[in-house]
Amino acid sequence: MADYEIPKLTGEGYTEVPAVKEDTMKGSGPFIAKADFQKAMGFPTDFAAVGELVPNWKERALEKMADLKGRYRSLQVYLDICVKCGACTDKCHYFIGTSDPKNMPVARQDLLRKVYRRYFTFAGKYFPKLVGAVDLTEDVIKDWYNYYHQCSQCRRCSVFCPYGIDTAEISMAAREILDHVGYGSKYNNEIIGKVFKIGNNLGLPGMALADTLEGLEEDVEADTGIAVRYPLDLEGAEILLVTPSADFFAEPHIDGLIGYGKVFHETGVTWTFSSHASEAANFGMFVGSYENMRRVSLRVREAAIKLKVKRIVFGECGHAWRVAYSFLNTLAGPFDFLDQRYPIPQHILEYTWGELQKGTLKIDKTENDDKVLTFHDSCNVARGSRMGDYPGGQFDIPRNVIKAVCNHFVDMPADTIHDATFCCGGGGGLLTDDLMELRVKGIQPRAEALRHVSLHNGVTHMAAICAICKSQFTKVLPYYGFTMDQIVSVHQLVSNAIILQRQESVIPPRPKDDDEDEDDDA
Amino acid sequence: MTFVSILYGLLFWAATLILVIGVGMKIRQYWNTPAPLKIPTTPAPVTQGGVVWRMFKEVVFFQSLFRSNKVLWLFAFLFHISLWLVLIRHTRYFMEMGSILTFMQPFGRYAGITMVLGLAGLWARRFLVDRVRYISAPSDHLMLALLIGIGMSGLMMSFVSHADVTQVKAFFGGMLTFGFFGAEGALPADPIVLVHLLLVAILMIIFPISKLLHAPGVFFSPTRNQVDNPREKRHISPWALELERQGKTFLSELNK
Repeated sequence: MADYEIPKLTGEGYTEVPAVKEDTMKGSGPFIAKADFQKAMGFPTDFAAVGELVPNWKERALEKMADLKGRYRSLQVYLDICVKCGACTDKCHYFIGTSDPKNMPVARQDLLRKVYRRYFTFAGKYFPKLVGAVDLTEDVIKDWYNYYHQCSQCRRCSVFCPYGIDTAEISMAAREILDHVGYGSKYNNEIIGKVFKIGNNLGLPGMALADTLEGLEEDVEADTGIAVRYPLDLEGAEILLVTPSADFFAEPHIDGLIGYGKVFHETGVTWTFSSHASEAANFGMFVGSYENMRRVSLRVREAAIKLKVKRIVFGECGHAWRVAYSFLNTLAGPFDFLDQRYPIPQHILEYTWGELQKGTLKIDKTENDDKVLTFHDSCNVARGSRMGDYPGGQFDIPRNVIKAVCNHFVDMPADTIHDATFCCGGGGGLLTDDLMELRVKGIQPRAEALRHVSLHNGVTHMAAICAICKSQFTKVLPYYGFTMDQIVSVHQLVSNAIILQRQESVIPPRPKDDDEDEDDDA
Repeated sequence: MTFVSILYGLLFWAATLILVIGVGMKIRQYWNTPAPLKIPTTPAPVTQGGVVWRMFKEVVFFQSLFRSNKVLWLFAFLFHISLWLVLIRHTRYFMEMGSILTFMQPFGRYAGITMVLGLAGLWARRFLVDRVRYISAPSDHLMLALLIGIGMSGLMMSFVSHADVTQVKAFFGGMLTFGFFGAEGALPADPIVLVHLLLVAILMIIFPISKLLHAPGVFFSPTRNQVDNPREKRHISPWALELERQGKTFLSELNK
């Protein structure tokens, strides 16, 4: 199957820190984006062929570095202040899984820092050998491309750094520089192009979306006997729901989406999806491009204005929630046209937990009695955002909801949850088949923790609140002997347990059309 | 020894200027560089007061480092807290001794030993832990050697061969008035004093061009100094606001 060794799990719940093995993950990185994709994002396209650098690449790379360190305090400060203490060296899941020392956070930063020192600092200009500064060469660029695409920007290192140095900030800057010399990543940039062109990462046009939602309504009605509505572009709805497009068709994502609709149905609120902003994900963050991240975010604002909604709610997605919670107000605000009594934006779990507390939802927990649950804290939710009105609400609210709809819940070992959570191994724009080896090795710490609670606590299922986590887990955990259906959406559990009381949706029924074809556009 | 005194007098003038101006320039750079996005490592404080408390725990107790690695924390904390005590003790060379300073003297004296122990532990890690060995540049070793050199020469004067403290005090007391040109402000002709002071001057000179910038820099780290309130309060940088004002998508399209 694979020409690399799949790490063995011990069931101990923790992973040994490996001895350094240089160059285990040396390579050429993920596929490089062609000129069309670069053009759509406003990046230079004057490279002769895919894999070749633009003319004057060295000057242009350094110029970009100077530009970025002038615009981002994080970058400037973090390039300067690392003392090489080594506190971060055993914290990255990719280092633990691969043993490649360049996957240690400090060494990953150093790839950029060594060049920064050489061209921008006194010590590096005059004593390069002494301080480990290096010239910017084509090999250095290739090393950047390879190793900055082995960082999922999960920020676990920043939790443990005495100065809070965040490798994600460095890797985002590195990718932005690479995009300016012809080395964009195909996976990320192609997807961002689809959002600009069609409205979502998967390139599902409005018609296909409408068909999918109609089919979903039929399924839910067949299942529950109640016509729960999943409206698209419903003008004047109270809530605009923005969710990762994987929720529209992937498993177990779609079961979560069914759950969102049931919760809204029961609480008697009008809501809608938007075909213009049919994507919560924002890969602009992954590539470190403020401009493109803003372009994607502005679509949410435009949709909210067009549909005249009063509230914006985001579905289950990790980095999307970071962009929504931490950045949306910055990128696409101010949202003075929305109802100020509610958080802007709000997470679907905040909404559901609020309703559970109010007692609006009738729940039969025994519907989930076939499962013993654990919960995977998504890195971007855990370390890059919040839910609720107090620090750490992002840990409690998902667990509160799970415990409100399930009888059996167990947490994984303490150093693998909350803000010490391990990335799924596929975040940060790495969820692509050309990085399979990395994804398989990077999942090891999470797989180990899951194995531990499976063996000791009888855990059967792991709930997640991120489209990327769910996709990564269902695809890669089987390498370790787990099965795809062990991964569930949190709102899937809600969906299972909710007993619908409201016979009629507050949203008018879908107009009946003649062709009753039900097709799976995906 | 007049020549050496003048040399050291000028050296300390230069070192002080480089330290103050150099660090001042870096602080100005950090201050003026915008942080365009809210990136506190969460869970983060939701008030400014909370941020001050978080920063206090980081700067005084190295909270994150404690979570990360207990052995490293022990050496690092031992070194830094000892360094503070030693520095407080050294104020006697620049000012009159008050009661608190007098009280602190013995602590500072023995802190010299724990400081060197902490440094030795930090240096040992650079050889013994393969991951730390991998990330260490020659300058990382030299920095520790320099600090240990300062500590050891200082301990020599405290415990082995006492320096003429009164004369050292006269030298530094006369710094502002360039007293080192005269006999009354001259340095004692003691090689250990000279080595100690030379190493300290080197440390001061490299401070603004090295990783020692972590001392002022930590206060500017957005992951630690930002309030977690993006939904409540709009945060925007000047250059991003300009995109908005001019209705542009890319920074390259902006009219200057």
